[in-house]
Amino acid sequence: MTKVTMTINGKSVAGDVEGNTLLASFLRDDLHLTGTHIGCDTSQCGACVVHVDGRAVKSCTMFATEANGAEVATIEGQAAADGTLNVIQQAFQDHHGLQCGFCTPGMVMSTAALLKDNPKPTVTEVRTYLEGNICRCTGYHNIVKAIMAASGQDVSAIAAE
Amino acid sequence: MPKDGGIGAATLRREDVRFLTGAGQYCDDIKVFGQASAMFARSNVANGVIKSIDTTAAAAMPGVLAIFTGEDFVEVGGNPAGWLINSRDGTPMHEPKRPVLAHGKVRHVGDAYAAVIAETPEQAKNAIEAIEADIEELPAVVNMKDALSGSNYVHDEIGTNQCFDWGWIEDNRDATDAAIKGAHHVTTLELVNNRLVPNAMEPRCSMAQYNRANDEYILHTTSQNPHLTRLLISAFVLGIPENKLTVIAPDVGGGFGSKIYHYGEEALVLAAAKKLNRPVKWTADRSEAFLTDAHGRDHVTKIELAMDAEGNFLAFRTETLANVGAYLSNFSTATPTFLHGTLMAGNYTVPNVYVNVKTVFTNTAPVDAYRGAGRPEATYSLERVIDMAAREIRMDPVELRRKNFIKPDQYPFASAAGLEYDSGNYDALMDKMEVVADKKGFEARRAESESKGLLRGFGVNAYIEACGIAPSNLVGILGSRVGLYDAATVRVNATGSLSVMVGAHSHGQGHETAFPQVVAEMLGIDPMSIDIVHGDTSKIPFGMGTYGSRSLAVCGSAVVRATEKIINKAKKIAAHMLEASEGDIAFNDGAFSVAGTDKSVSFGEVAFKAYVPHEFPLEDIEPGLEETAFYDPANFTYPSGAYCCEVELDPETGKVRVDRFAAVDDFGNIVNPMIVTGQVHGGLGQGIGQAMLENTTYDENGQLLSASYMDYTMPRADDLPFYTVDHSQGTPCTHNPLGVKGCGEAGAIGSPPTIVNAVIDAMQSGGKNVTHIDMPVTPHRVWSAMQNA
Ligand code: FES
Ligand code: FES
Repeated sequence: MTKVTMTINGKSVAGDVEGNTLLASFLRDDLHLTGTHIGCDTSQCGACVVHVDGRAVKSCTMFATEANGAEVATIEGQAAADGTLNVIQQAFQDHHGLQCGFCTPGMVMSTAALLKDNPKPTVTEVRTYLEGNICRCTGYHNIVKAIMAASGQDVSAIAAE
Repeated sequence: MPKDGGIGAATLRREDVRFLTGAGQYCDDIKVFGQASAMFARSNVANGVIKSIDTTAAAAMPGVLAIFTGEDFVEVGGNPAGWLINSRDGTPMHEPKRPVLAHGKVRHVGDAYAAVIAETPEQAKNAIEAIEADIEELPAVVNMKDALSGSNYVHDEIGTNQCFDWGWIEDNRDATDAAIKGAHHVTTLELVNNRLVPNAMEPRCSMAQYNRANDEYILHTTSQNPHLTRLLISAFVLGIPENKLTVIAPDVGGGFGSKIYHYGEEALVLAAAKKLNRPVKWTADRSEAFLTDAHGRDHVTKIELAMDAEGNFLAFRTETLANVGAYLSNFSTATPTFLHGTLMAGNYTVPNVYVNVKTVFTNTAPVDAYRGAGRPEATYSLERVIDMAAREIRMDPVELRRKNFIKPDQYPFASAAGLEYDSGNYDALMDKMEVVADKKGFEARRAESESKGLLRGFGVNAYIEACGIAPSNLVGILGSRVGLYDAATVRVNATGSLSVMVGAHSHGQGHETAFPQVVAEMLGIDPMSIDIVHGDTSKIPFGMGTYGSRSLAVCGSAVVRATEKIINKAKKIAAHMLEASEGDIAFNDGAFSVAGTDKSVSFGEVAFKAYVPHEFPLEDIEPGLEETAFYDPANFTYPSGAYCCEVELDPETGKVRVDRFAAVDDFGNIVNPMIVTGQVHGGLGQGIGQAMLENTTYDENGQLLSASYMDYTMPRADDLPFYTVDHSQGTPCTHNPLGVKGCGEAGAIGSPPTIVNAVIDAMQSGGKNVTHIDMPVTPHRVWSAMQNA
């Protein structure tokens, strides 16, 4: 067992982990932050995306020990303390960018990372960036639309129905 | 209350808030005190005799609590097929036992033959590796044609790999043969409907708890239909009385059919929880999902279309081999038969239809209903052969379809495949499609593509499906072991809020938002005062769950009926409160009033009176305000649509890109257009995935080659276009109270032939006489087809 400490969603946490404990498991099993999901075993689906020191990371590919001392952000920390959704979350709701919700935490976290680097992406840039996030429910239409809207761009030309 | 949140409003989904904040509670998120972990030892050969299983070393491993093998379940029942189908000669189908754990033989890669329960998942996994199983590998049966001709049997005791040989409708066979023989023109097409893996993003998970004090079990599981799962476990597999077993499906992360079925892992964790007197959880990893979730499609079909000299359809005749895999999953016998053969008249006035389906056991994972289930297979065969026929007789494919469409004044229409369509207007859908897709502008777009050295194709399709599954009397005659009604309980609480317990179970469809819209509309109250309760057999009435685009058409109808009962009783209470006769009470906008007076009471006041029955006519009216209704549909519902797409094809590489896609659907009336549109989008994503990307490949030894996201091509955001979706041409269903038809499967049904027709059109426009290509239309397949043309 190794002791790790990190800041998660602004709160400092500590835990004892095995060397091979994944960050995703540490979040889910030890800290009960079950918003981070596990959808695959080949680091392809993106359901597990969190931010480590401001970078989007697939938490199923990182050991908890590697995040020792880091600032970690998860889906649980995205809304305001009073529950108000952030701009990305609100755009996903407004544009029906989720159905079963399983891919959603990863989508929201990936979007946040995208918009930080590229505040006004094109549709093509959004679709390309989402290469590592699989959604089986939405056909991506409304996810892409929500991301465009979250970036403050006009989405009225993207068919609603 | 304003009607804004009622029927027809694009209300934002209330469930989104928890999903967007990480507060959703999926099965694997649930962790209870004392929980142990289950893992399965799975066969790595497709066919083999289990000679021995030595668990001694594994049992001594750290943390191991118990080990199970097939031996432990020989006394309990098998997981049954839900439909009993007879062959053409009247003999019953073969239903080999599907045990909790394989016993004697393993029959597909991934077939579980042992399970370990340990303190942690890692310990269980380590112990699995220490199990010494002597499994003698036998040659595998993989290809369906080989399976039928050879003498190597998946189930030795049956002595054949054919489950049944079904004819629909057998009495139409001679007339169909004669029509084809005498026809002016016959078009013949052989095609493959490729095998798919459903790939709900949440892997399956089951967690069982056992309470020694009262011999009760609770099973949390990833299910689209908790009551059906409980029924299967109670009545067929473990024999736990239903009153001792609660099945709870919490938030479910997608299903698409794969979570309809009962799986052996559910029975295993229940048995283990009792044996250990501890909660036991199993969560699949993605590799297990690929190997063991029921797969979809996998038909090989020959279809013939006979026409007269004017292009009038005279007959469709099909022969299909349908793979059921190594064991019969719960709906696997209904999917290629009654969900497929009955749709083989399509949207057309064709007088003769005959369908032959042989279902085949192979050493592969079980195959069952996947989004659309049988109807995509029917539509694909029909709409591909019609396009081919149009090309052969040099008629525009849209015109050929229109010529044979059932016309709006022909409803109710008895189709040649045995269904009675209640409503529809296929020409109106086609008209609308041509507008929203800007069909007129196609030639200009084609010219522009060609100027870039690319080919552009236009593909079209018309579909009909049978949803709202299903009338119990009818499915009983057809062989179903269950009824397919649904149920709802509307509980008005004392202070006026409502809990509506429903048998349907949302796994992404937004029931928590849409169902309250229906009740709010009927009661004239704020939808936010209404909550849906679903997914827990201890709380909800016995309903059959969510699949087959049935939730609103069947369960929604039960909600309407229960709410009507509430209104009737509330009127009686209001009459008493207003000292009027019941017949004089009108109910509008959430208030009961006496006609011709200004006397009225609100719905909330009546509710309160029902629970605080002071000065209450107890001799005439019971206290309380809670009603249950079961609704059994009179017929299927028949959504239909006209789809088209444009693809751009690079002749140098064979790469195809979907540039535009338009879907015009008739779903009847619509409760929440935002949700309906989203359902179509999702279906299109899966249908385009089938047409262009997805394929499930077993090698000749029965090894699954496409067993991870590295090898199985899931559609990603940059593979798919924006879609144009329209549902302005709805013709209400005539036999359910909401006039709704169901929308969940349409996109997956209508899109594959649309894409393939467009790809063929593109190749033809490049001077290549390619008339058929199988899905998925990968660059390699397209390029090769063009080279060989
Ligand atoms: S769980 Fe991390 S990428 Fe799939
Ligand atoms: S919303 Fe279900 S996987 Fe994306």
